[in-house]
Amino acid sequence: MQRIGVFVCWCGSNIAGTVDVQAVAEALKTEPGVVFSANYQYMCSQAGQNMIKDAIIEHKLTGIVVCSCSPRMHEATFRKTAESAGLNPYMVEIANIREQCSWVHKDMAVGTEKAIILGKAAIAKVNLNTPLTPGETPVTKRALVIGGGIAGIQTALDIADAGFPVDIVEKKPTIGGKMAQLDKTFPTLDCAACILTPKMVDVAQHENVRIFSYSEVEEVGGFVGNFDVKIRKHARYVKEDICTGCGACVEKCPMKKNPNEFNLGMDNRPAVYIPFAQAVPKVATIDPNSCNMLKKGKCGLCAKICTAGAIDYTQQDEVIEEKYGAIVVATGFNPISMEKFDEFAYNQSKDVITSLEFERLTNAAGPSAGKLIRPSDGKHPHTIVFVQCVGSRCEACAQKGKEYCSKICCMYTAKHAMLTRDKYPDTEVYVFYIDVRTPGKNFDEFYRRAVEEYGVHYIKGMVGKVTPEGDKLKVQASDLLLNKQLHIDADLVVLAAAIEPDQSARPLATMLTASMDTNDFFTEAHPKLRPVESPTAGVFLSGACQGPKDIPETVSQAGAAASKVIGLLAKDKLKGNPCVASSNELMCNGCSSCERVCPYGAISYEDKEFRMPDRTTAIRRVAVVNPAVCQGCGACTVACPSGAMDLRGFASGQIMAEVDAICK
Amino acid sequence: MQKISREQLIDKAVSLLSNNTVEAVLGWKKGEFDYDVTPALFTSADKLAAEFVWDDFCGANFSKYLVKHTKKAEGKILVFLKPCDTYSFNQLLTEHRFDRDKVYAVGIPCDGMVDIDKIKTLCGEGIVAVDCTGDTLRVNTLYDDEKAINKEDVLAERCLHCKSKKHVAYDELLGEDGEVLASNRFDEIEKLEAMTPDERFAFWQNELSRCIRCNACRDVCPACTCEKCVFANPDSGVENKAAANSFEEKMFHIIRAFHVAGRCTDCGECSRVCPQNIPLHLLNRKFIKDINTFYGEYQAGAEVGSRAPLVDYTTEDVEPGEVFDRGDQDA
Repeated sequence: MQRIGVFVCWCGSNIAGTVDVQAVAEALKTEPGVVFSANYQYMCSQAGQNMIKDAIIEHKLTGIVVCSCSPRMHEATFRKTAESAGLNPYMVEIANIREQCSWVHKDMAVGTEKAIILGKAAIAKVNLNTPLTPGETPVTKRALVIGGGIAGIQTALDIADAGFPVDIVEKKPTIGGKMAQLDKTFPTLDCAACILTPKMVDVAQHENVRIFSYSEVEEVGGFVGNFDVKIRKHARYVKEDICTGCGACVEKCPMKKNPNEFNLGMDNRPAVYIPFAQAVPKVATIDPNSCNMLKKGKCGLCAKICTAGAIDYTQQDEVIEEKYGAIVVATGFNPISMEKFDEFAYNQSKDVITSLEFERLTNAAGPSAGKLIRPSDGKHPHTIVFVQCVGSRCEACAQKGKEYCSKICCMYTAKHAMLTRDKYPDTEVYVFYIDVRTPGKNFDEFYRRAVEEYGVHYIKGMVGKVTPEGDKLKVQASDLLLNKQLHIDADLVVLAAAIEPDQSARPLATMLTASMDTNDFFTEAHPKLRPVESPTAGVFLSGACQGPKDIPETVSQAGAAASKVIGLLAKDKLKGNPCVASSNELMCNGCSSCERVCPYGAISYEDKEFRMPDRTTAIRRVAVVNPAVCQGCGACTVACPSGAMDLRGFASGQIMAEVDAICK
Repeated sequence: MQKISREQLIDKAVSLLSNNTVEAVLGWKKGEFDYDVTPALFTSADKLAAEFVWDDFCGANFSKYLVKHTKKAEGKILVFLKPCDTYSFNQLLTEHRFDRDKVYAVGIPCDGMVDIDKIKTLCGEGIVAVDCTGDTLRVNTLYDDEKAINKEDVLAERCLHCKSKKHVAYDELLGEDGEVLASNRFDEIEKLEAMTPDERFAFWQNELSRCIRCNACRDVCPACTCEKCVFANPDSGVENKAAANSFEEKMFHIIRAFHVAGRCTDCGECSRVCPQNIPLHLLNRKFIKDINTFYGEYQAGAEVGSRAPLVDYTTEDVEPGEVFDRGDQDA
């Protein structure tokens, strides 16, 4: 029989406000196995923890139940407390009477009743708990960063500077990401290329960094400290180590009319291309969909012109297998498609563009060499209308937009408006907004400058319709402050499209068994206290894959993720989770059901000799779990038809005891 | 009447026994009456000649018997497999339940098996003999003269909805192989699905309340081959030898249906052996239909080692939410 101590926490008024903690402690006193029961204002405080330690020693407790917040919050805390008093940490159970009780109930009587039931369930479980000891596994001292934008670059640089090898996997032919496409950056208006490209060079030249560009992660196995990753390096039909990036092939390629992805299709590139002048790695890539040689076997001009002999039409995809201790997701974002926003005539007029396209139009390396022109006729636009929140904060239009605020649009729109007025004072600039959100260092000052110094017309209200008429765009909008309809004849309309996670994020999350929210942003382990860690151990988050972010925020998060990775890689060994599956060989049928559902490949089979009840020997095929690989997900216990497979610390019997205690 | 004759089967068995290819033969023998044919292990030509039976009552599926008999045998066991039996055979191989090298499987064609209860309905009780060698069945009872009945009228439910005349596993085939059939076996499930939840509950309450927990369904089921059944295991938390109340009556059958879900080949043995005539196969068939709907057509046992949808994950799998919504509509 266990000797169980029950500790009921008030959590200030968080719990005590809707749960009679005194009554809970009293009621649980008489449960089977309970020899001590107490309540205290803050169990997690030092005084509270000391109370637990003293009780363990004084009452010779063999198990404890803490009725407090979610185990995600303080299970580790109380396990440590128990351990320091000589109790096995896995003899601690948490009854969550805060998130799952006091916070969701308003009525004291109801809350108290439920808290008692939850306490009883935890006591029923701890009665069946057994001490568990975690095993240890070595850590592979190498990190993988998925995504080579500013987030990935910064994370990789910080990890590499700490002395650990890092690989960056980037699906595009060059690293740099969205920041490489930007012109200036708010609020200081540094040129994006001037601050980004040196970092790109740094990371490329760093002795601890390898860059796999034009590559994608194909398969992820293993677990924290020991991930096995397969990376598919797509054939670029150019030998990366030989190509000098001279660009001769690009100039001579006859297949010139292919939409240039880097300029968002606003100009063309040849079939063999280097995305932009400062690309890293600066090597050419042949687009197999537009190259005549690869499509029809005719041409071969680039191979003839290349003095280095770098062109290789027979190149195949290469699959690289590598082990990593930690994985950082930095897959970034994309503007959402404007296809569904018919009201803004994006599909009807070339002069309705997105903000990222505007960014390219004003960039000196862009399709118009930095000259602000109308894409339709190349003329200088005199009236420009910026529309904010296109697809953002879009509750009513969830089919085509996003419910969340994309966060960066207010600031870049202010930047675009200000720069336009600065360079072309003869231009009238209107910005339509729902709210202007500028929380950030020097952000509001920046926006005020746009309005006050540069005379940008900020109008609270939304644009209802844009109609192309002749060479003008008729903009119909409402001014909510003046309460009147506006009609503006614009030359250019710029849509601040909402941003969404990159398409590659969801399949990647599946591979990593990392969780995502409904918008496909990666979920952090704790929104406040563990913002750069995914709930999956060893997987970290950097940049806009976790939520909309501007550059300063992305860079700080990138550094934070790097420091978490460094903390992990600095360890030689990791303590495993002892709550792993194990198979009762006497009941195992060897049917392979568990092996098939195991996402970690932790189960194998052995032929073992058994003494049968009739005193004969039989050789039977039975399942064996590798505890170092098992993550304790429990899928096998569900698949096992005979109930031979069970989870330590979460045995079916323990769960049933909890359910029984709740249903009694 | 079966196209292939008893003599052909005995000849095959005797020749394989005499040339030492196999050491024993799994076949059918007469029970107390003509119609309760039971499985038996034959080790000699004499025994075969005297007791071996092959007629319209040989419904028993031998696949499961291999689990036990191959463990004991030194050499090979000859097993006669009807097309539907071969699916169970493959499923058991998928689950590594017996050693394929210890089996010599002879595929035999099947022209459908009859249901004695249907015969009793037509001819009454007191059946002393059923002759199924001709085109019609001739039934003798204690009370009446010989009656001739059409086989189609007394065909077992599972044979009316036969899913396949094709053997999916064998070492040797006697007679001709057939095709996988377009079965209408799910029609019955649609009838159940069309009921209101209350009607359906009443239907199952009525059926399952007759259960006497004889465990025949479990003992005959080729998917139920656990070393230790959860219902016989005190540690399982659901150990249960007799239903104490109407909840436990249902619990046993529903848990069993879940345990064989995705592995049940719809061989129909559970309903054949049920002494209370509970249509147990409908529970399993409903699972099969749902698995087909959610994960695409899947026939357990169609091939050895197939990745069953319930223990396999692909990114194309239906989202759990959709399954949940469907459940909502059903309820």
